[in-house]
Amino acid sequence: MEYFLQQAINGLTLGAIYGLIAIGYTMVYGIIGMINFAHGEVFMIGSFLTVIFITVLGSLGIHPTFTIIALVLLLVIPFTGVWGWSIERAAYRPLRGSFRLAPLISAIGMSIFLQNLVQFLQGARNKPIPVVVPGGFTLVESDGFPVQVRWLQIVIVVMTVALMIGLTTLIHRTRFGRAQRACEQDMKMAMLLGIDVNRTISATFVLGAGLAGIAGVMVAYYYNVVNFYDGFLAGLKAFTAAVLGGIGSVPGAMLGGLLLGLIEAMWSAYFSIEYKDFAAFSILVLVLIFRPTGILGRPEIEKV
Amino acid sequence: MTVPAMLRDAGLAALVALALALPVVGIRTVDTGAVLGLDYRFGWVAIAVGIVFGGRLTALLLYDRLPRGPRRIRTKGLAGRSRTLVRYAAVAFIVFAAALPQLPFSDRYVVDTATQVLIYVMLGWGLNVVVGLAGLLDLGYVAFYAVGAYSYALLAKNFGLSFWECLPLAGAFAAFFGILLGFPVLRLRGDYLAIVTLGFGEMIRILLINWTTLTGGPNGLTSIPRPDFFGLAFTRSPAAGETAFHEFFGLAFSTQHRITFLYYLILILALVTGWAVERMRRLPVGRAWEALREDEIACQSLGINRTTTKLTAFAIGASFGGFAGSFFATRQGFISPESFTFIESATILAIVVLGGMGSQVGVVLAATVLVLLPEVFRDLAHYRMMVFGLAMVLIMVWRPTGFVTQRTPTVRLSDFTPDPGAAR
Repeated sequence: MEYFLQQAINGLTLGAIYGLIAIGYTMVYGIIGMINFAHGEVFMIGSFLTVIFITVLGSLGIHPTFTIIALVLLLVIPFTGVWGWSIERAAYRPLRGSFRLAPLISAIGMSIFLQNLVQFLQGARNKPIPVVVPGGFTLVESDGFPVQVRWLQIVIVVMTVALMIGLTTLIHRTRFGRAQRACEQDMKMAMLLGIDVNRTISATFVLGAGLAGIAGVMVAYYYNVVNFYDGFLAGLKAFTAAVLGGIGSVPGAMLGGLLLGLIEAMWSAYFSIEYKDFAAFSILVLVLIFRPTGILGRPEIEKV
Repeated sequence: MTVPAMLRDAGLAALVALALALPVVGIRTVDTGAVLGLDYRFGWVAIAVGIVFGGRLTALLLYDRLPRGPRRIRTKGLAGRSRTLVRYAAVAFIVFAAALPQLPFSDRYVVDTATQVLIYVMLGWGLNVVVGLAGLLDLGYVAFYAVGAYSYALLAKNFGLSFWECLPLAGAFAAFFGILLGFPVLRLRGDYLAIVTLGFGEMIRILLINWTTLTGGPNGLTSIPRPDFFGLAFTRSPAAGETAFHEFFGLAFSTQHRITFLYYLILILALVTGWAVERMRRLPVGRAWEALREDEIACQSLGINRTTTKLTAFAIGASFGGFAGSFFATRQGFISPESFTFIESATILAIVVLGGMGSQVGVVLAATVLVLLPEVFRDLAHYRMMVFGLAMVLIMVWRPTGFVTQRTPTVRLSDFTPDPGAAR
């Protein structure tokens, strides 16, 4: 039971991170109906920026404290936002109205490019970063098996919950959110009603990239190591989470992320750790076969 | 756009470039023992920002002169204009390819590289059926290549089957995997399909790494039997009771014989693939593929079964991947999961995309360029994938039809111009 609880806590943390990345996929899919394959790379760039900023701060003699953690986060978000904006502007916007597979191929190219660009610029080695949020506490202990919770895990989960609340408010209560939902339903109509569609789409990319950046920071803190190919697998998993929760639905992405994180943690704990990615992809295939709309998604109506 | 407005626009672009480049280009973390050290390269940042500013300004100035109009995908291209030219080029290519090992300048290195090119040509043609003709984006094509390679290696090692016995089996296995994957997912929309195939490719690789008893795990399989020439082995001293190739033909032993033989083998395999694909385009199923690519709903209305049509494309594409895989295994004599990563899938996809989806000639051109460029410019080999990625984006943005335009359906009404952009 204690073992299960421990795995659940780890799974929840992982799931929260997947959820944050998945939101980026789901929002972009909702608004322009494309899979932003390069989204995982934005997350990876977020992790790299964390390493860079922490090292720069460290070289200035500032050592990780709570203020630094927050400062790095606030620095990374706008930078990944700019990356997200640029990717959309350079690789996707010119392709609107091109044939169906064009944006996806462009996205794959972008993903390969960014991965190798970062490898070229920052090197192929693992980048270590110091532990910034040390310690934790023991939740319960029985039969000599302590269930431990790291402070960082609490930070990640609390932050994710706060971001979810913020994002929901943003989508349902603000002018931008209304524009975004309008574009999602009918882009042409939204345009006719005076909504700047291009700006709304760009803002969606920036928002998604910002969330991916936050996830990148958290992963860098959580695992203390960063590599240029991290984005590929994380992106794929987050996409799975988005599909699981129902692509196009923001709460669905979060739910899918949490579920996927839990499933992965439990699979590694009780079956085999080697096949945990296998399990994740099997879930993707199974969901797509039996319930392509996911848990919270709407059925997609194909129109001529 | 007035000149000050252009300057402002270019200035904004430069500002964005500055934000992108400042931390990622300008600061590099380097390993210095326990703690990461730093390496500042603000000169690079300045260069990058300068290039973006200049490039944007030039682009704006040039764009202002261009006639405006809606963007269209050109459907009439090389193929439409001059089919005969393409045919002559194909014949010339085949003659050149057949003569290559005998040409004065060719040595072991040239033949080896040409073999490499031909493997990619074959893979490109196979994937072209799926991506170019049927319009299904398959990001896990390398899985079928892997299935072909491993089934040849395992059959030959465990059951002593020869290359020629294994070849159809490897193709059949790959096709079977294609159907296995395709059956559940082909009802999905294009983009879902792409991701699922990607997941499938990764699943096969995970299986190959972890199923140690069968596949040898990360170490792979070694000493895979090499092919023989109708029972004549390419060895210096054959086993008792066997005749070696050089003995039979009364030649001096040379390792070059096997390399040349392998080259002709892949040439024949590739040509058979190309010929089969070209013929299949003209069959009802081939026409159905192309029709499906252009408009699924219209096809369904006309009574074409979407699932089976896609499934045939998938299975046939996969079986060509399988053939190429078994050739790869027998050529290398050693295979491991390392050879079947996503990068390989992406490379093959890049060949198809750059060549112009659906074009057979384009695939040859693209494969030649993509294999030869890193060979010629050794220093560039490092940046190969970076250039691939960038090229894929640029091709999609500027010329979505690739090197050789061939989005013309094989059959078409005489004065009907389809506009794929409209039929999304």
